[in-house]
Amino acid sequence: MKTRIFAILLALAPPGATLAQEDAQLIGDAERGEQLFRQCSGCHQIGPGAENRAGPHLNGIFGRRAGSIEGFDYSKGLERAFQDNMVWNIQRLNLYLENPRSLVSGTRMAFRGLKKQQDRDDVLAYLRSYTASPQDIPESAPTARKREVDLPPEVLEIVGDRDYGEYLASECVTCHQTSGMDEGIPSITRWYPEDFVIAMHAYKQKMRPHPVMQMMAGRLSDEEIAALAAYFADLEE
Amino acid sequence: MTLNRRNFLGTGAFAAATLAAPMVRAASHGKPKVVVVGGGAGGATAARYIAKDSNGEIDVTLIEPTRMYYTCFFSNLYIGGFRELSSIGHSYGKLASEYGINVVHDWAIGVDRDAKTVSLAGGAKVPYDRLILSPGIDFVDGAVPGWDLSTQTKMPHAYKAGTQSELLKDQIMAMPEGGTYVMVAPPNPYRCPPGPYERVSMVAHVLKETNPTAKILIADPKDKFSKQALFEEGWQKHYGGMIERLGPDFGGGNVSVNADTMEVNIDGEIVKADVCNVIPAQKAGAICDAAALTEGNWAPVDGHNMQSRMDENIYILGDSSNQGDMPKSGYSANSQAKVAAMAVRGSLTGSRVFPAKYSNTCWSLIATDDGVKVGASYEPTDEKIASVSSFVSQTGEDADMRKRTYEESIGWYAGITSDMFG
Repeated sequence: MKTRIFAILLALAPPGATLAQEDAQLIGDAERGEQLFRQCSGCHQIGPGAENRAGPHLNGIFGRRAGSIEGFDYSKGLERAFQDNMVWNIQRLNLYLENPRSLVSGTRMAFRGLKKQQDRDDVLAYLRSYTASPQDIPESAPTARKREVDLPPEVLEIVGDRDYGEYLASECVTCHQTSGMDEGIPSITRWYPEDFVIAMHAYKQKMRPHPVMQMMAGRLSDEEIAALAAYFADLEE
Repeated sequence: MTLNRRNFLGTGAFAAATLAAPMVRAASHGKPKVVVVGGGAGGATAARYIAKDSNGEIDVTLIEPTRMYYTCFFSNLYIGGFRELSSIGHSYGKLASEYGINVVHDWAIGVDRDAKTVSLAGGAKVPYDRLILSPGIDFVDGAVPGWDLSTQTKMPHAYKAGTQSELLKDQIMAMPEGGTYVMVAPPNPYRCPPGPYERVSMVAHVLKETNPTAKILIADPKDKFSKQALFEEGWQKHYGGMIERLGPDFGGGNVSVNADTMEVNIDGEIVKADVCNVIPAQKAGAICDAAALTEGNWAPVDGHNMQSRMDENIYILGDSSNQGDMPKSGYSANSQAKVAAMAVRGSLTGSRVFPAKYSNTCWSLIATDDGVKVGASYEPTDEKIASVSSFVSQTGEDADMRKRTYEESIGWYAGITSDMFG
């Protein structure tokens, strides 16, 4: 039984092992990134008062539409990226830092690229520190990478840990009511567990459209979904 | 003492709890005692969860000066005429009667961290084994020259809901035809990033119905703000020509006021206001300063459990905490409260402690049935609570989706207030 194996692994693990796997990973080391950025600073400025030079300033680069700074004379490659509505996110910036021409053919950025992923991560962390804080603008780009979750095929066979589900459910009941009321937000109490699990995986795989639920389900492991299903299945109305 | 995640793991990790669950009793008395200061989204939730989940093993005392708590979230909807004030007021009756929480209506004015007691304005000292501080915000003195708490009746902030909300609404309804409402917006960081702009939307909604030639002027020290594209689209669609925002490029960050003459000086230009809504710069609730738990304006905490980085027996929730990426919002405070409640219970009774998970969603109403939202999920790192994903409503969404978003917010309000107050 998978649940039993999961429990045994937890019992054998040293304190902290489980939590360590749950920690998000910061993009990189921003201080080291600042050092690496010096090779970019001949063309790009960043920070308070940064201005356009040979390259555009890089404040607010995360989430910025490519080629969008008014008054800067972009290359045709970046102009095309603008027309294509390309937005600078962490994946695109990572590619661009590795080899600018592999992402934007025709760019004038004459930079041979950072071949080591750690170097790129550190520079990205430095660049990210000059984009708006999510504390102030919640929709701004993430500052860390979330833990990846694997999806084994036997997810429906997992018997949920109801106690763990009760804890996890505290996040759900900010919106969903334990009374089963469904005004504005649907009821999730007393579902058949398999239906609950399937629905949550549908959100996780973005088959169901609701963005809040996609976000919530997207970071739950199979065991956590099963635990929630077990908890809500027999919750008294 | 600076705490890190490893200190915490030694007492309450999930894995350790499966091997042994020693009962940790307070040295000087029977049941361990938890004191919670502040009965809002953070404090009420934490108190309720500890009382509910400890099955009587922990004595919980909640210290909150007001007998009726008005939620700051949805107070803009009251100003807009979409809610009655009574509908956002909540008593602590259930927390006392159904959960056995000792609710004390008094001001917490000091913390003796060595003796582990909280001093109340009424003279009492309340002992604790663990203390949770969730006092919300206070205002930075002198942030807007000419404004202080003595002028708040003339120039209300209405950023703590209740009588201030009533006052601001009364002033708006009494504006002369074609009058001017001025908002002095706060600098980052502050409670509820979209809050001032939802308020502008709600004021515009009221004025469009009652005083359509009136004007709204925002003096804003920030380059940009949350949901900006959504608000600006909505303002143009619903309230064309009524709202003007002066950002820092146009002097919006250089503002002083004169409450006697109802004048607002914006970068040297005097504007006569009929209503002046000053939302000053903010800082952690005063009790955090009194307990020497702040660095700058906010109180630093460990993102794994909301434990103060200066005192392992104290947890700080919600607006007052300097935790990382989470916005200062009721939803955030409620989310943080559940993590802290679990950690506190684990440290006192050896109950299971699971990995921290945090989330936030924030809905704003722009006009009738035109709701938008933004949200994100967060996970702890050793440095902070970090944002790992986010979403936001899109410009140009159809009316049905916006209506559903608004209805969703109503359901959320019912859910979170039930989660706070039982």
